[in-house]
Amino acid sequence: MANGTVTSSLTLGEIESALVGRLRSGGNGYYVAVLFSGVLMLVGAIAALYATVGGHHTVYNVTREIPWGVLISGYIFFVVTATGLCLVSSIGHIFGSKTFMPIAQRAVFLSIVTLMSGFFVILAEIKVPIRMLIYNIISPNFTSSIWWMGTLYGLALCLMIFEFIFLIIGRHRPAIACGFVALLAEIAAISNLAGVFGLLNGREFWHGPYLPIFFIASAMMVGASATIFFQILAQKVNGEPFTPMMRTCLAGARKVAILMICIILFFTIWRTVSTLVGMPNGQYVGVMAMLTGPYALSFWGGEILMALLAPLVLYLLSRGTNIRMMLIASGLMLIGAFFMRYNMVIVGQIIPVYIDLHVTGFTELLEYFPSANEIIITLGGFGLTGFLFLLGEKIFNGHKVEDH
Amino acid sequence: MIRNLIKNKQQNEGVEALSSDERRHFLKMGLKLTGVFAGGSLLSLASVVEKVYATPGQFNDKYPYKPHYSMIMHLDYCVDCERCIEACAVTNDIPKYGFRTNILERQIPDGIDQQVEFMPVLCNHCNVAQCARVCPTAATYKNEQNGIVMMDVKKCIGCLSCQLACPYNARYFNEEKWAVDKCNFCFDTRLSKGEDLTACAEACPAGVRIFGDISDQRSRVYREVHQVSRTVWVLRPEAGTKPNVFYTRG
Repeated sequence: MANGTVTSSLTLGEIESALVGRLRSGGNGYYVAVLFSGVLMLVGAIAALYATVGGHHTVYNVTREIPWGVLISGYIFFVVTATGLCLVSSIGHIFGSKTFMPIAQRAVFLSIVTLMSGFFVILAEIKVPIRMLIYNIISPNFTSSIWWMGTLYGLALCLMIFEFIFLIIGRHRPAIACGFVALLAEIAAISNLAGVFGLLNGREFWHGPYLPIFFIASAMMVGASATIFFQILAQKVNGEPFTPMMRTCLAGARKVAILMICIILFFTIWRTVSTLVGMPNGQYVGVMAMLTGPYALSFWGGEILMALLAPLVLYLLSRGTNIRMMLIASGLMLIGAFFMRYNMVIVGQIIPVYIDLHVTGFTELLEYFPSANEIIITLGGFGLTGFLFLLGEKIFNGHKVEDH
Repeated sequence: MIRNLIKNKQQNEGVEALSSDERRHFLKMGLKLTGVFAGGSLLSLASVVEKVYATPGQFNDKYPYKPHYSMIMHLDYCVDCERCIEACAVTNDIPKYGFRTNILERQIPDGIDQQVEFMPVLCNHCNVAQCARVCPTAATYKNEQNGIVMMDVKKCIGCLSCQLACPYNARYFNEEKWAVDKCNFCFDTRLSKGEDLTACAEACPAGVRIFGDISDQRSRVYREVHQVSRTVWVLRPEAGTKPNVFYTRG
């Protein structure tokens, strides 16, 4: 499987010995990381199974008024990251930019992995997943954004798996075709995901065209950072030096990340300003909850500092050459992006639907904090991403890509 | 043509160049345009039904369902005895942790004649039901005959997007049914068995909940909603769902 390609002359035995050899090539740190992420994933899976069998109400902190908790935030985090990775991979792999070529295959693989992590988390959120598998197919509702989102992400996952297979067997033309359709499916899926929230005119905090635009820009921002983060980790896992080509590639991803951070900052500032000036009630209450209320730490610390300002400063200071600084910036961005999704999902629900009626029990913001079980499942999603990333690096020999 | 436009634009530069005829013509056009919009708003005030249903004319002459089940609440009659909640729970086998109907309480500290008001709430069986739109498997849907928003329990995957979409907090997840549960105007437990009233409407000793077919001009709910002198409103009209539960006083 030299240069990431499999030739038909290899027997199964040879493939097996090659894989075992690669997996054995990792150092102690690698095995500890694989073990840690594997345990995280398993514990998360057990927690999800326990909740599904025993009933979500026994272990989740979601309520009638706040039906979507941290698991939906986690799902959105993973699938938006997946879309971002797909977008970044397409720059080199589909649109032919040489700068982004070295990271293309890894980005496709990570997009598959993060999408699978998203599905893992959402399966724990759906109360009767078995019915989903049946009735999503035999009783589709074409007016439902959720139906479109799930179907399109499912389609994108299948196409990206094919794309990845074509990439590793060196058939680039069908890989590009699959990749292009997968890209379209992911863009359509993320806009439907935003539509799940943006089309609800009973929820002023979400309603409107802002979220679809925000989501796609945010996906690109997180995708660029995830590319940098995992690329640097991969170099360390594989013990490979940073070649000039790879440095150029990281510098290119850094530029995309900087541009998108600026755009997201622009969006965030204008959303806040327009809400403070116009004071549309439902939206105003939500924005104030983030500016000065119970979600101030999550907003200022997580969303503004960790996801936007700190990465922006670090990326700028790194000048595209300081690898350590870029690793910290991209890591902070990924953690901050999780808070970004959390704030978006939860703050939209803590505003009671009857807040304008001034009725007892619905005059103040509602409260939600994830239960231990919900947190463990979410961490399990991260464990799954880490576990598959680490295994993938060895199994696919560092995702080395031929020029195509 | 473009040259003519440029020429005209140059000729119209500055208000001094406008003749009094042109000004008068422009003002008339403005008044006509304003009249169309203002007239639409004013007309909608004339009929409560048009205002309630948001789109003028759409439901004025004809209600989309037959029977078109609806309810009007006389807020000032409600004393929060909760017999409606109890009757609903018994009739529809509602677990303790859930409810299909509830009574909200509003404190009015500076009220002159009363300092508290009670507001019964339930599913509004909206004509533009957001819950039915968002459900990925059509587990919740508008009944094509009577407009009741119903649940097909076996199709519910428990994504709870309907709970999120409902502007009235009218839904909860029933752990025993493994599905979201909500008011269906007692369709399965009473209406389909020949009863005329929902359990809550029948149990109310004060006559707060008036249930009936709003497409029937002889029904009380039709007469009260269409009574010009009566103030009738719906909850959260800004959500644009065209609800079928109305509120009034007196």
